[in-house]
Amino acid sequence: MQKMLIVDTEKCTGCRFCEVVCSVKHERGSNPSKARIHISKLEDERILVPIVCSQCEEAPCIVVCPTHARSREEQIGRVLVDYDRCIGCKICMAVCPFGAISFDWEAKRIISCNLCDGDPTCVKFCATQALQYVDVTAANRKRQKEVAAKLNESRREFVESSMP
Amino acid sequence: MPLTRKIAFIDLSSGKIRKEPIPKQLRQLYLGGRGLDAYLLYNYIKPGCDPLAPENVITVSGGLLCGSVAPAAGRCHSGTKSPLTNGFGSSNMGGFFSPEMTFAGFHHLVFTGKADKPVYLWVHNGEVELRDARHLWGKDCFETQKLIREELGDEEIQVMCVGQAAENLVRFANVRTGLKNTGGRTGVGCVWGSKNLKAIAARGTMGVGNKYPQEALDYAQKWQRQVVDTKVAEALGYDGTMFIWNVTNTVGLLRYRNFIFNQLEDWENLTVEKFHEKYHAGVVGCFGCPIHCRHQWRIKEGPLAGLYGEGPEYNTQMCMGGLLGITDWESVLHGSHLVDKYGFDMAEFANIAAWAFEIYEKGIINEKDTGGLKLQWADAGHLLPQLLEMVAYRKGFGDLLAEGPLRALKRLGKPEAEYYLLHIKGLGNMISDERPTPALALGVATSSRGCDHLRSRPAIDLLHLPEKVLEEVFDGGPMDSNFTSYVGKAKEIWVMERVFSVVDSIGTCKFQTVFFSPHMPKFEEWAKMIYYITGMEFTPQELRDIGERVYTLERMFNYREAKHTRKDDYVPERYFAEPVPGGFPIVKGRRLEREKFDEMLDEYYALHGWDKEGIPTKETLEKLGLSKEPSHII
Repeated sequence: MQKMLIVDTEKCTGCRFCEVVCSVKHERGSNPSKARIHISKLEDERILVPIVCSQCEEAPCIVVCPTHARSREEQIGRVLVDYDRCIGCKICMAVCPFGAISFDWEAKRIISCNLCDGDPTCVKFCATQALQYVDVTAANRKRQKEVAAKLNESRREFVESSMP
Repeated sequence: MPLTRKIAFIDLSSGKIRKEPIPKQLRQLYLGGRGLDAYLLYNYIKPGCDPLAPENVITVSGGLLCGSVAPAAGRCHSGTKSPLTNGFGSSNMGGFFSPEMTFAGFHHLVFTGKADKPVYLWVHNGEVELRDARHLWGKDCFETQKLIREELGDEEIQVMCVGQAAENLVRFANVRTGLKNTGGRTGVGCVWGSKNLKAIAARGTMGVGNKYPQEALDYAQKWQRQVVDTKVAEALGYDGTMFIWNVTNTVGLLRYRNFIFNQLEDWENLTVEKFHEKYHAGVVGCFGCPIHCRHQWRIKEGPLAGLYGEGPEYNTQMCMGGLLGITDWESVLHGSHLVDKYGFDMAEFANIAAWAFEIYEKGIINEKDTGGLKLQWADAGHLLPQLLEMVAYRKGFGDLLAEGPLRALKRLGKPEAEYYLLHIKGLGNMISDERPTPALALGVATSSRGCDHLRSRPAIDLLHLPEKVLEEVFDGGPMDSNFTSYVGKAKEIWVMERVFSVVDSIGTCKFQTVFFSPHMPKFEEWAKMIYYITGMEFTPQELRDIGERVYTLERMFNYREAKHTRKDDYVPERYFAEPVPGGFPIVKGRRLEREKFDEMLDEYYALHGWDKEGIPTKETLEKLGLSKEPSHII
């Protein structure tokens, strides 16, 4: 079954280790500016959100690519770049609704998450499990459980309050 | 690769900047961070200079592995000749500043001279430039960071700066980054202020390469798991450093109302559980750290509604709380916010303020001395914000407190007040009562930066671990599980001094050492990680030797600059004179025994290879390659 990368922003501590290990995995050196994942921070507001490619089914980056360098690969469920075709025009960066596509200023090429071929490095290193790689059919299970618990709680309160 | 990072020498008087590679020889001898800073300070400071004169030097650095894939490699070190002790000034903080400086191409900055007007340094992708900071003078630590980001137009910029306290030359002013990361001790910020240096901004996209990337990544994962699997990581991740407070308070190891009692009254009001109920707003981690020991807090209602910050720490609980007899969370959080804003060391403040309250109570000073302030314990919570402001701006009585222990005592001119002020070498004691714990007492007494626990504290000494485990952690016995015993304690301190020297030179966090847990990484792990990232080969023993070299050089610095010898390696008189008033039966009634303390000192000096006066012997210097210092390799 296909898997997906999910982000639980509540659990993110903003340590940026995902950026470090991602860059080491793909670029050999620790360099957050070349990572495929980035923690967007508003420290004062306690906003810590890991931004990473959502591997969209109807990906705008694929639609706009003038050289058809971007394509979906269904086996892992991801968007890939064919560097033989990519001309580095950066239109994909402009249209990505998440800002999840970056440009490597040294190698002069587009970079975005390829899910490490089905074994995402960032997930392995995320100490709080803010990043998880889970079966697509179970990705919403946790949220469902939380809602169920809430419903259960309000029902219990209702029952208790209506008792004489 | 870390070894390509450079060092920049900035002469603030002339504005001249020199960029140099860091000689491999110095990496082999000192690694980086605190270790290499010790070398630079020993070499570049004009012996005997006034700490606030242009001849003093400031270093800022990341460790050898800073910004790398080693977990939590984000510590930043800043050193100088301390305006409090006249000896080795050294402070260390977490956050994200030093990794950014590393990505901008630099591991070390050395500031000399004095700028004729306020300046800040802008470090970016191999470039270093001084910029006008006149518009930032007078701004607090939060505003300064924000304004620099706006001015340079990049949200990702990391800023290290000083606040108003440093500008006003409060002797324990500190350096800061982010909401709460603080290079707190020894008054490094005061020297920044004396040189008109307001801030350093860093931003970079230069990667830190790895000699063996896959091995480095695999080993980082193993290391991370080793850390996360410990119980202490879990506790720290949930409660922060406050996890230990209920225990130390119950046992009786804390200072309440200066040194009058060793447990808090109304302690239930100041627990971490109370904090969680009302103020906790989440946890955050420093660069690359899996432990995430930093709370975020927010006050939601009442007159202080809307106030927020990071922390509090165990230290905050006591410095803004117990030491001053304050046990309500909102006063503590408010105080913590103000200290972060003005930028000074809350430990130094708390120690000297608590002293003032006690000598006021004893009638040694009165309202005439304090400028009308009634320093009564019961009012401490109300007085705290006012006192903090008075210190930051050196107003009235605050001007005296801002001088720090040695100079405040001299200026006050009341010999009978001296007994009540707890300091060692001129640095105030922090929050612990070390009378029942000889290991901890020896640690603060001999620390190379004055009275401070982060040079050596073997906190695991308090855990009553089996002697076999202690023998493993401390490289052999005899050891004693009992924390009130004197057996093996000198060795504990000696080993931990090397551990902390090395970890500060690598640039990873002390919480990932055997500080709290015997299962944490040590020399073996560091040697492997250094090898995979840099290709430099060290045996664990060679790393121990580096720790010894760093510590001994700091000791030499203190001897050269402040003539510190054995006489300066004692805890305050009160530790010997007054028995502990409360706590566990094993603790109550204890005081340190001078004879046994002296024996510990002898044992400790012998382990280091220092003579009876605590001065490194000729043979020791030769063995460590220190006999030709200052050697001016760079």
